[in-house]
Amino acid sequence: MPAADAVISELKARIEVISGRTVRTRMVLPFGIPEIDRKLRKGGLAFGALHEIAGGANGAVDGAAAASFAAGIAARTGGNVLWCHCQPDLFAPALAQSGLTADKVVFFEAADETAILDAFEKALRHGGLTAVVGEVSGLPLVASQRLQMAAEKSGTMALAIRRWRRHVDARDFGNSTASFTRWRVTPVNSGALPVRGVGRSRWFMEQMRTRGGEDFECEVEACDGKGFIAVPSLLADGPAETEDGRYRAVG
Amino acid sequence: MGATGPSADVPLVLKGSDGRRRVITAADDLAVHIGARVGMPVAQAESLFADLVIMDSDPAADALALEKLAIWALRHYSPMVAADPPAGIVLDILGAAHLYGGETGLVDDVVRRLSEMQITAYAALADTWGAAHALARFGGQAKRIVIPGGAGEALVHLPVDALRLPEDMLPDMRLLGLDTIGELAAKPRAPLARSFGQKLFRRVDQALGRLAEPIEPVQSPELISIQRIFAEPIGAPETIAKYTRRLVGQICDRLEEAGLGVRRLDLHFTRVDNRIETIFVATAKPVREPKRLTKLLCDKIETVDPGWGIDKMVMTAAFVEHLSMQQVIASYSEPARPDVEELWDALANRYGTDSLYRAVSVATDIPERAVKRMPPTSDDVGSTRNAAFRRPQRMIRPPESIMALAVLPDHPPRAFTWRGQRYAVARADGPERVRGEWWVSDNEKGKVRDYFVLEVENGERFWVFRGGDGQHEETGSLNWFMHGKFD
Repeated sequence: MPAADAVISELKARIEVISGRTVRTRMVLPFGIPEIDRKLRKGGLAFGALHEIAGGANGAVDGAAAASFAAGIAARTGGNVLWCHCQPDLFAPALAQSGLTADKVVFFEAADETAILDAFEKALRHGGLTAVVGEVSGLPLVASQRLQMAAEKSGTMALAIRRWRRHVDARDFGNSTASFTRWRVTPVNSGALPVRGVGRSRWFMEQMRTRGGEDFECEVEACDGKGFIAVPSLLADGPAETEDGRYRAVG
Repeated sequence: MGATGPSADVPLVLKGSDGRRRVITAADDLAVHIGARVGMPVAQAESLFADLVIMDSDPAADALALEKLAIWALRHYSPMVAADPPAGIVLDILGAAHLYGGETGLVDDVVRRLSEMQITAYAALADTWGAAHALARFGGQAKRIVIPGGAGEALVHLPVDALRLPEDMLPDMRLLGLDTIGELAAKPRAPLARSFGQKLFRRVDQALGRLAEPIEPVQSPELISIQRIFAEPIGAPETIAKYTRRLVGQICDRLEEAGLGVRRLDLHFTRVDNRIETIFVATAKPVREPKRLTKLLCDKIETVDPGWGIDKMVMTAAFVEHLSMQQVIASYSEPARPDVEELWDALANRYGTDSLYRAVSVATDIPERAVKRMPPTSDDVGSTRNAAFRRPQRMIRPPESIMALAVLPDHPPRAFTWRGQRYAVARADGPERVRGEWWVSDNEKGKVRDYFVLEVENGERFWVFRGGDGQHEETGSLNWFMHGKFD
């Protein structure tokens, strides 16, 4: 279980809170995968910072994988989440499958992107939420600086899902913004199952820019029910997994 | 009249005096149907209709009841409400309609709630008080909404009675052959103004929006209200914000004494040119914190046009609810996070309550109906009926037709074409059969959809379905549709 370390650290944190021994404000949110966390500054995704997520290939337009990735991260921040969008195609039950259940997230359907950026900033500044997600196509430098400052002040994590109407517009992702990290997730073929069917989704994940860390890319399995991504087993045909009979039982 | 009145199946009229004799002042539908009418002498009515029930009218009580109704509307709908005697109320819904899902939603809500109170209501919404007044009374429709700028056109065929003119003016106008507002508006003004006075065309201009007609909001001693009059008119936004803060402080003290919290707080600014500008904020739960209310109000100050200056500010707690003292939880372990309800209120006041929602799952198999929107304060966790089934992050609404090749009855497609691009299917899951819900719609009776999860060669994952079970024609068309995109 690759997520085991993260589960243990989460349980430890909960014990600390219950026993009331430490006052700890978390600075980063680890993915629970050492290969990835090592390459991020302070070993995780920084709270109080802006992170950009885009989809690759057709995902730049539909933003499905980006939404799933953002939902997993937002769910793991543990508190209330605001999700701002203006396109009506978001399907909430799927976000719940990445851990972002109905009791954790409130949606804000805006008329245009100006309203999204305004609500995004207000929500970050407020400080009562643990993460705010905004789906935008354009993110001008000044707007991103405002979001970054608002996030820094309150310690709320800001996740901007970048998605464009046309493929050519996706070049905008190269323009500079004030974000801490910039991710691109592209759906790739899922691992082979011993039976017919579609396995857990897989992404080719690129870390295109990070402050105080190094760029990298790797293949990961999509978020599980608690929002954790995982590194796929190197044995692609999966004997390590099938030995305990789990996949057979499911398939 | 409630339980003390006569039963509803006998004709009823009210009598009063017009100065010289006793006349009928009001008649119900049944009485009008048999021939009684307003203005008919009581003696005549008594002799014509044997079973007519005649009761004394009570204009003072009517006026009081209308005032009460206006205060009810003030609490529920808009900060600018006034009684429009003898039998109407007028609401200025600028900035209030979005709380009810737009103008249609607000009008529907008003009529529905009034009918629940056993009041038959006619509602009209137009650019001006005059136009709405005329259309509600003479438009002949229970609900009428006139598009902005359409007041002139809507009024053309209405009788001149609709213009709120003095009673004695109407017979003379008839004599001149002026029956409709359109005819009147088309006439040269000077000769008519000489015989009827300026009042005539003032009413026409008010109805058509050429002259402003302010609504003086209804006041009530039971509403908590604070006002401040300025010796020197104010106008700068910072000054307005400063006095807003002071008024909020005072009103919160009053609310605390009464053990109340505010759900809607109105702030009226009377300008030196006697126009009234109004802003208001609504909250999901009763609130009494000065800081929070000030912030909500100050977000709206930019919408106030101070004109030549503001000389009076009136703050009214329009809608209040009981709010007891609350213990603030002091914790050493974790710094308290600000209350998120404050944020929901701020966003709802800026963008409308409809724009904020929790997406709650519904116990249904039809994906289009799988989510219902609940307010952010709701703690409805929804159904877990389909929680274990894989669902797409993006749903394509409505489903788009695709060309697909598949073996009947239950094989997934081998390949399909969507939006002009051809995809070869590498892996597939399904079918997941969804049956139409005949109790929702007759069209769905006996219909079936078979859903498949498809993974194509480049790794993208799609959600497609086929209408019909592949064996029986009556279950669906056998056409394929694209319905979603997975991560």
